[in-house]
Amino acid sequence: MIRTLVFVLAVLALVIAPTVAPWLEFVLTIAIAKGFAALGVAILLRAGLISIGHAMFFAISAYGVAFFAGSGISDFGILLVLSVVVAGMAGAVVGAFLVRYRAIFFAMLNLAVSMVFYALFAKLYGITGGTDGMPVPVPHVFGLALSEPAFKNVLFYGSVALMVLVGFLVHRYLDSPLGHALSAVHTNEVRLEYLGVPVWAVLLVAYVLSAMLAGIGGAISAFAIGRVVPDFAFWTASGHLVLVAVFGGIGGVPGAFIGALFLELLHTKAAAYTDAWNLIVGATLIAVIMFLPKGLYGLFSRSEVSAQ
Amino acid sequence: MSAPILQARNLHVEFSGVKAADGVSLDINEGEFLAVIGPNGSGKTTLLNLCTGYVRPRSGSVLLDGHAITGLTPRAITRRGVARAFQIPQLFSDQTVLDNMMLALAAKDGLWTMVRPLGSRARRDEAIALLDLIGLRDDRNRVSRTLPEGHRKLLDIAVALALKPRLLLLDEPTSGVSTLERFSLMESLMSALRQRSITALFVEHDMDVVARYANRVLVWNAGTIMAQGHPDEIFKDERVLKNVIGVA
Repeated sequence: MIRTLVFVLAVLALVIAPTVAPWLEFVLTIAIAKGFAALGVAILLRAGLISIGHAMFFAISAYGVAFFAGSGISDFGILLVLSVVVAGMAGAVVGAFLVRYRAIFFAMLNLAVSMVFYALFAKLYGITGGTDGMPVPVPHVFGLALSEPAFKNVLFYGSVALMVLVGFLVHRYLDSPLGHALSAVHTNEVRLEYLGVPVWAVLLVAYVLSAMLAGIGGAISAFAIGRVVPDFAFWTASGHLVLVAVFGGIGGVPGAFIGALFLELLHTKAAAYTDAWNLIVGATLIAVIMFLPKGLYGLFSRSEVSAQ
Repeated sequence: MSAPILQARNLHVEFSGVKAADGVSLDINEGEFLAVIGPNGSGKTTLLNLCTGYVRPRSGSVLLDGHAITGLTPRAITRRGVARAFQIPQLFSDQTVLDNMMLALAAKDGLWTMVRPLGSRARRDEAIALLDLIGLRDDRNRVSRTLPEGHRKLLDIAVALALKPRLLLLDEPTSGVSTLERFSLMESLMSALRQRSITALFVEHDMDVVARYANRVLVWNAGTIMAQGHPDEIFKDERVLKNVIGVA
């Protein structure tokens, strides 16, 4: 009950924030985009699998937006759906190979594949624009041609709505037998096999879902920034997603978004004061890992327990 | 005699030169409660591993209802109606007792019906009924890793029962269970097996349990079947008394 109330208040605060401080709109949009991708990473973390390559799906979707927009599709919704589907398809192909691996092998293979995509985005200059990237024009929304500031407004509120809707669906998935089976992979894969559950299928579903979530983040970022670049797929971007997931906590869906919002705001504020902003972010991360092993979301789940 | 549900034919398997099964053939008949006894390290658990696809034989075959299952995965064999409880309980240790049960019940329904919430009313009721039967109802909300070993063992058996198997393979079901609870567990287990018409094979070291519940005993020694028959005959066999029961 308390958690629901906190959740509603947090979403309301998020909705109101850009009206109080307009500069927050872009920062929060990017934070939500990263939150989606971090949620994808967090889903795999539940199975004990660390992906240091999920930025590839973020980038694939972002480039998808640029390609589809360049091919004449101008509708925001269609661009979003198509690019996320492409990310999901890429997730199915990559995941079909990678879900056979565990631990460090899974992490490193994700990293390797993501760097292949990074190289392709950076080197195929004639197709991808190389390191210059590709522009993403302002799309139409329900047939309406909007000014850029108006579209950015729509994008922000659309992202918040999508966060609530997709977050709810992911919560339902995690509460389903399939979601519980995913956590069970981490604790006892042998028993899962002896229940007749195909572990590879459980992991592949999770992998595709996580790729699509990263894809949603990538598409939102492409629209928000107006340009896509190979750096979206660079391994440090993937590492950042793991950082966000751990920072926010993997105990519940809101964790990834809490982590992303907190880190993005911390980064923005720290960078305004000092060039050594990484020092502040790093110190904060150490503090969270030491004192909040369940991440920032652990604070809320703890208050729920004590409220009972 | 009823038809064999599972047949093993001329199984050979060895680990680093040690023969765990050396040309073994056996039948498990529909409706029987077959006990496997033998010294530690004689290959009893390997027999369960062979029957469930966890270990593949060097040669020989395993048949379920007359169809070869040799080489199939544990998952495929489980889906054909063979469930297993382990010597060391195999549980989802971070999940509650009830969630362990409900996941097993959901697994029985298949992966693609698994998108509805785990804790549906019907599934919860079914899980609690099974926990009631096995004596774990009061532990249903405990995280399974916090259970005492005996209760973890019971939960492992309950999880296997939740799969509604035709054949249940139990590896030392009473080990880790206190002497006081041992026979009440076996009574509950036997009642569940009879109610559900489940055939069972159990590896056991407690000869009192074997004598009381087994229809037939199979004596396993150094990868071979030394003797088999009714418990009364087996417990009078001099070779068995000397080589197995004395050290089992």
